[in-house]
Amino acid sequence: MMASIKLEGLEKTYPGGVQAVKGVDLEVADGEFVVLVGPSGCGKSTLLRMVAGLETISAGALYIGERRVNELEPAQRDIAMVFQNYALYPHMTVFDNLAYGLKNRGFKRDEIRRRVEEAARMLEIEAFLPRKPRQLSGGQRQRVAMGRALVREPAVFLFDEPLSNLDAKLRVQMRVEIKRLQRRLKTTSLYVTHDQLEAMTLGDRLVVLNGGRIEQVGTPMEIYARPASLFVATFIGSPAMNLLPLGALLSGPGAASHGALLGDLPPGTGILGIRPDALRLEAPHGPHLTLSATLELFEAAGAESHLHVRLAGSGQPLVIRTAGQPRMTEGEMLRFHVTRDALHPFHRETGRRLDDTLKTKEQAA
Amino acid sequence: MVEHRPLSQLAAHLILIAGVALVLFPVYIAIVASTQAPGEFLRGTLPLMPGGHALENYRTMWESGLSRAGAPPVGQMLFNSLVMALAITVGKLVISLLSAFAIVYFRFPFRLFFFWLIFVTLMLPVEVRIIPTFQVVADLGMLNSFAGLSIPLIASATATFLFRQFFMTVPEELLEAARVDGAGPLRFFKDILLPLSVTNIAALFVILFIYGWNQYLWPLLITTDSDYYTVVMGIQRMTTAADGDPQWHLVMAAVVMAALPPVLVILFMQRLFVKGLTETEK
Repeated sequence: MMASIKLEGLEKTYPGGVQAVKGVDLEVADGEFVVLVGPSGCGKSTLLRMVAGLETISAGALYIGERRVNELEPAQRDIAMVFQNYALYPHMTVFDNLAYGLKNRGFKRDEIRRRVEEAARMLEIEAFLPRKPRQLSGGQRQRVAMGRALVREPAVFLFDEPLSNLDAKLRVQMRVEIKRLQRRLKTTSLYVTHDQLEAMTLGDRLVVLNGGRIEQVGTPMEIYARPASLFVATFIGSPAMNLLPLGALLSGPGAASHGALLGDLPPGTGILGIRPDALRLEAPHGPHLTLSATLELFEAAGAESHLHVRLAGSGQPLVIRTAGQPRMTEGEMLRFHVTRDALHPFHRETGRRLDDTLKTKEQAA
Repeated sequence: MVEHRPLSQLAAHLILIAGVALVLFPVYIAIVASTQAPGEFLRGTLPLMPGGHALENYRTMWESGLSRAGAPPVGQMLFNSLVMALAITVGKLVISLLSAFAIVYFRFPFRLFFFWLIFVTLMLPVEVRIIPTFQVVADLGMLNSFAGLSIPLIASATATFLFRQFFMTVPEELLEAARVDGAGPLRFFKDILLPLSVTNIAALFVILFIYGWNQYLWPLLITTDSDYYTVVMGIQRMTTAADGDPQWHLVMAAVVMAALPPVLVILFMQRLFVKGLTETEK
């Protein structure tokens, strides 16, 4: 029943000549939960819709399981899809909404009833089965949309930003539920989102897309710890990674001591990335850089605080994340520290990561 | 009008009542006239109170009609009108639903061209193309037949256009969800699109039925056999009696009967589309 997905050089060119997807290679293992993430217009939805069969494939090959499915209708691909606006049939009851796909496939009545009731129980929407979609809240509609995918027991689940129409609280709740459900069913899943937090928390693996190409593929922590490019570095993580031109450190106050420590950076390094939480107010053990900056803005976010500072000398803006609520006033001069291994070196022209031993395909090419 | 002052309310009601009276008065006259005795109209004044011959007049018209004026019984003409109006209405709905479906959901060569072609026919109502249409119908031997009465009026650019506009407001995701659910185009049309269009269909049914019912020129032109007279044109035959004055009391009885079916259709369909409005709203 389950299946892997394989994308080989998938491309999408629209009739107008716009190329939305520019050659994507990807393999999704059986039972894996892969999240496609990127800013709007990066081609992630197009890619998902190509897998679903709702968009034609301009070039490349698509396999679900062992089958090449390029030319198959969505219904023949053994997939189920959850749409962003749910796309429930407004004139049908919840029961009929769930049953429609099964009816079209010629299932027996009791089998349909059994499956619908099972899915409804799993999603806790049994009470709503006789209702119409418009009598449900956003969260309940979302569950019905999931149920419609569930009853089919497909080889692959496709999610197209399913949580983006929900309010923040419900979104977190449904996120956990989707994850739990996928763990339990072990159905291969492709999930599209523009929300990096959603991507990080849901995916077994992340695919970061930019401009119709894959920027990086990896587990959430791999991508967080070793972003392959400036784009990934700034897209994943919140607040975003600080980017500091190397020149700003090699001039100004403390330049001499910096120079000694930064001497072993790979050749070509132009920009250093530093996560906001890698900037510490207390000096760590081992070799580290010490920087001084003026505090411009203090943001208290409850358990943590974000300090917006400007580097002394170069005036580069940086964000520091620190636990709790340190006592300080805006305009104050701060000293903070960063260890050598928390620096992410990026090439000054290409913006690619430089100390990466696991090179991505694009770098090799 | 936020405030409800007694004086302005009174004025508003008076104006409304005057309006209603203005519209209803001719109808009242027709009903009163249909209850009079034969001689009543020769006096030159129109009676304003109902007379005592209602049953008699209506029975005469229903059963035998004005055979002297060449008009068949009203019962028969009502039936003819009903067949024609229903054929036109149902035909128009089916054809326009299908053509709107084709135009909105299928990519075929010259799609836009065909859409405009349909749209342009809006400028060609029956009256404009009546001579060539008559020639075609006559050549096909469809004079004096229900087919001849209804088929030339059956295509509707207006309804096609309205359904097209409605279909374009149906979210595309519904079609995609149906495709994933294994519904082909026709099944999508039958299971999703039609149920969503019920309100529109009901509204158009009323409009098109009245359009069909009120056809006058076309039936007048192509029916020479009184078995196919429709009631609207039949009334005209009655008023142009060759010898003597028109028998107004009987003509008015026919008029009242001719006006009833559209009223019934409106009453019945109104319930249906009020229901539609309150239930399918998203």
